[in-house]
Amino acid sequence: MRQTLMDTDTSPILQVQNLNLGFNMRQGMVNVLHGISFDLHRGKTTCVVGESGSGKSITARAILNMVPRPGTINSGQILFNPDGSGQINLTSLDPRGKPIRKIRGGRIGMIFQEPMSSLSPIHTIGNQITEVIQLHRNVDKKTARQMAIAALAQVEIPKPEKAVDRYAFEYSGGMRQRAMIAMALSCQPDVLIADEPTTALDVTTQAEILDLMKSLQRELDTAIMFITHDMGVVAEIADEVVVMEKGHVVEKGNIHQVYNAPQHVYTKKLLTAVKRLNQPASTKVRPCTQAQNILQIRDLSLRFEKKEGFFQRITDVTKAVDGVSFDLKEGESLGIVGESGSGKTTLGRCIARVYDPNSGVINYKGQDLMQANASALRETRKRMRMIFQDPFASLNPRMTVKQIIAEPLIINKLANLAELEEIVSTILSQVGLDPNMMERYPHAFSGGQRQRIVIARAIALKPELIIADEPTSALDVSIRTQVLDLLLQLQAEMGLSFIFISHDMAVIRYFCDRVAVMYRGQIVEIGETEQIITSPQHPYTKALLSSVPIPDPTLRGTRQRHRYEPDS
Amino acid sequence: MSETSEQNLSLNPENSGKEVAIASQFQLTWWAFKRHKIAIIALWVIGIMYLLAIFAEFVAPDNPFKQNRRAVYHPPQMLHFIDTSEEGRHIRPYFWKMKRERDPETLAVTYVKSGEKIYLRLFGKGPEYKFWGLWETNIKLFATEKPREKFFLFGADRMGRDMFSRVLYGTRISMSIGLVGVVISLVLGVTLGGISGYFGGRVDAVIQRLIEFVLSLPTIPIWLALAASLPPSWPIYKQYFVITLIVSLVGWTELGRVVRGRFLAMKNDDFVVAARLDGASESRIIFRHMLPSLTSHIIASLTLAIPLMILAETGLSFLGFGLTPPAISWGVLLKEAQNIISISQAPWLFIPGGFVVLAVLSFNFLGDGMRDAADPYGH
Repeated sequence: MRQTLMDTDTSPILQVQNLNLGFNMRQGMVNVLHGISFDLHRGKTTCVVGESGSGKSITARAILNMVPRPGTINSGQILFNPDGSGQINLTSLDPRGKPIRKIRGGRIGMIFQEPMSSLSPIHTIGNQITEVIQLHRNVDKKTARQMAIAALAQVEIPKPEKAVDRYAFEYSGGMRQRAMIAMALSCQPDVLIADEPTTALDVTTQAEILDLMKSLQRELDTAIMFITHDMGVVAEIADEVVVMEKGHVVEKGNIHQVYNAPQHVYTKKLLTAVKRLNQPASTKVRPCTQAQNILQIRDLSLRFEKKEGFFQRITDVTKAVDGVSFDLKEGESLGIVGESGSGKTTLGRCIARVYDPNSGVINYKGQDLMQANASALRETRKRMRMIFQDPFASLNPRMTVKQIIAEPLIINKLANLAELEEIVSTILSQVGLDPNMMERYPHAFSGGQRQRIVIARAIALKPELIIADEPTSALDVSIRTQVLDLLLQLQAEMGLSFIFISHDMAVIRYFCDRVAVMYRGQIVEIGETEQIITSPQHPYTKALLSSVPIPDPTLRGTRQRHRYEPDS
Repeated sequence: MSETSEQNLSLNPENSGKEVAIASQFQLTWWAFKRHKIAIIALWVIGIMYLLAIFAEFVAPDNPFKQNRRAVYHPPQMLHFIDTSEEGRHIRPYFWKMKRERDPETLAVTYVKSGEKIYLRLFGKGPEYKFWGLWETNIKLFATEKPREKFFLFGADRMGRDMFSRVLYGTRISMSIGLVGVVISLVLGVTLGGISGYFGGRVDAVIQRLIEFVLSLPTIPIWLALAASLPPSWPIYKQYFVITLIVSLVGWTELGRVVRGRFLAMKNDDFVVAARLDGASESRIIFRHMLPSLTSHIIASLTLAIPLMILAETGLSFLGFGLTPPAISWGVLLKEAQNIISISQAPWLFIPGGFVVLAVLSFNFLGDGMRDAADPYGH
C-alpha cells in the first residue's frame, strides 16, 4: 500500500470544492453547476443521485477536465490526492496537456452508460484494452495483452483468452459493460467514475454488474463515483450519497443516514416515490369478480423471417411471440414483464394489429381481430388504444397539443370543429394539464407532461382497453408515480382495462392486478401480482425477482441471488 | 406543474418562456436561421438579385441589344456621388463624360475624360421600352439628365452594347430558367421517393431500379443530343426550357433517394404508428404527419439544387450548346470573353462571371444555413 501517513485513510482521495460551471451561450452565461462540493474516499462508493438534467454527468466530465464546449469551469477546485503526498488541482491543468492525459484512464477510469457506443466497433476488445495499458504503463505489447486477458478474467468474462480477440458486436450488452469495466480498471485506477453504467441493461444483468463492481472494489480498494437516477441501485451499492437537484447538491451523507432520516424535501420526494413503488397502489380499484372477459388471446404467434440472397431464401427464423395465451377481464390490469428481447413489446403490437401475427386468435369481445378487415379494425381501434414508451418520439413535433389530441376525434368524425376546443380542454384537465397550454407545441413540455399528452390522446376516444408499452420507463422516478397515479385514476373513472408492458417489477407491482412473465417469446408464468412476487414458481421469475434492487440499505446482502440459464 | 421543463434551456433563452412554447416549426427554424450570419447575408444578396432580375427593364439604363458604334469597348465609368463645384458640395450623382480618341500611331481607340459632368437623376427619362412586355414607358430607375448622353457602369462590349443592362437581362434568364426544372425534380423526387419509402416491398424495388437506371445515363451527351435534335424553328428560350425539363427528369433521383430514406425511417416512428392507430388514412398520414417533418429538408435541398442549374446553364452556353445569341444569359455573356483580346483589352467582360460566382456562393451559403436550421430539435 502506498499510504504512509496515519491519517490518509480518512483524507479523501478526490475533493470537489465549490465547483461552478456554466455554458457560455450567446445570451450570456447559463449556470449549470452552482457551487457543488463532495469528497470521494478510497474503497468507498459515492453515489451521485438526481434526475435528468440535474448536472450529474457534467460533474463527472469536469473531474476528468473534459467539459464539452461551450461549457467552462468558472470557479472551484477539484483536488486529486492519489497517494497522500500532494494535491493536484485538476481544474488548473490544461485540458489537452500531458499531465491530465496521464490521469485520465490511468489514475481515474470512466465507464459510460451505453456500452455499445463507448466501445469501438472496428477494433477487438483486446486491442482496445491493450491500447489503454500501453498508454499508461511502460510495457511491451505481449505483456499488455497478458494484462488485458487478466483484466477480462477479473470481470468474469468466460474464456478470456478467446474473448480478447472478439469484437464488441459479438458481445451481449452485459458482456460489453464488463469489457468496459475491464478497460477502465486495467490500469488499476485510484478513482472509477461510472456514469449510469447499468441503466441500459436488464435487471438481471444489472444485478450481476453491480455484484461485480462491489467485489472488484473490495479487491482493488478503488474509490467509485457512481452516477445513477435509481434509488434502488443506490441502496444496493452506495456508502455515501450525494443528492443533486438542478445543479445544486441538496443533501449528502452516509447511506443509512440519508435513507432513514432524509433532510431535504427533494430527497424525501425521491425516497417516497421509490418506497411507494415497492407495494401495490393504495388507490387501486380491483376489477369485480364476475367481470366479463374483454380480451382472449389464444396461441398467438409471430415469426420474423430473415430472408437472404436473390431468391429470398429464409435463413433464420426468430419466434418473437411463440404461442401466447391469456385472458383479460373488464377493468383489469395485466402486466407483462420480461427483459429486452423477450417479445413483450411485439406482443402488445400484435394485439393492436400493428404487426400481423402469423397464427392464433385475438378475441376482443367476441370478435376475432385476426380475421377483421380494415374497417372493422378501425372500429375496434377506437376502443383499444395504445400508449408508447418514448413521449418524445410519439408526439408529432409539428402539431400543437390541441391538434394532437383532436386528431383521432377529427379522423373518426366524433366532433365538429366548434366543440373541439371544449372537448380538448376537458381532456387536458382530466390528465392534469392546464387547458390554456393547448396551443403549445410538444417541445415546450417536459417528459412527464408529454406522457400526459400521450395519455390524453389515448383517452380522447373513450376507449375500453389501453395497451401501455413501457409508459413510465423514459421518465424520472418522481414523475413515474405521478403518471401511474393518473392512469389509476382514469381507470377508476372510465373503467379501463390495461395491458401494461414493463421491464420494471416495481411499476408492475404498483399498477397491475395480474402479471404475465415473458421469456423468449413465451409466457413462463402468469398469475396474481402479489402471489407471483411473494412465491414465484418458474426459475426465470425467481431470477428476475431476485435481481430487482431493494430500495432499503439495511436489507443489503440479505437476499440470495438466483441465476437462470436455460440449457438451449 | 412541478415538472417544468429544463430542456428549454437548449432551445433559445432569448425567446424564453411563452414565446418558445407556442412557436411553430417555422418560427423555430427561422430563429435558428437568424443566428447564421453568412446565410442572412446570402439571403439578402439573392433577394436583391431576384429584384434586379424582375425589374430588369426598369433598372437597365439602356436597351441591351442597342449597338453604339462610337462606344466599342468603352471602359466602365465610375459613378461619383458627391459633386464639388463652386456652389459647394452636394450629393448629386454624376459621371465624367468620356471622349473617344484615336492614338495617332497605333490607331487604337482610347477613351479619355473630357472634364464635362453628366448628372443622373432618379426616375429620369430613358429610351422607350415595354415594361414586362405590357405597357410602353420611358421612365427608368435612373437616367442621365440629357437623354442623348450614355453612360457605361460596367463598360461596353465589342459592339458598344451596355454591359450593365446586358448583365441585368442575363440575371433574369440565368436565375429563372432552371427554376421550373428544379420544381419538377422536387415534385418527382418527393412523390416517387415517398411512395418508395412508405409502401416498400415490390413498389420500392421497382422505383429503386428505375433510379439506378436513370443515374447510369450519361447526362451531358444526352443533353447535347437533345440540343441538336430539337426543331430549330423553335425560339431559343423554348428550346432551352425543354432541355432543362428533360434534365430535371434525371435530377429528381438524388432527392428521391433521400426522401425514401427518411420515409423508411419515419414510418415506424411512434407518432406515425399512433396516427395509424387513430384510424388516419394513408394520405392523411403522408401529407399531414410525415411530409411536414420533411419540408425544411426539402427547402434546403431545393436551395442547393438551384446553383447547379445556374452552373449548368452557364457552362453549356459558354460552350455554345445551351443558349445562343441573341438570347442573353450569364453564359452567353461570358462566351464573349472567351478570347485573349478581351483579357487584355476589356477585362470588364468578365463581370458576368463575378455574378455567377456570387449567385452560386450565395445559394450554397443559404442552403447550408437552412440545412443547419432545419432541425431545431437536433442538438
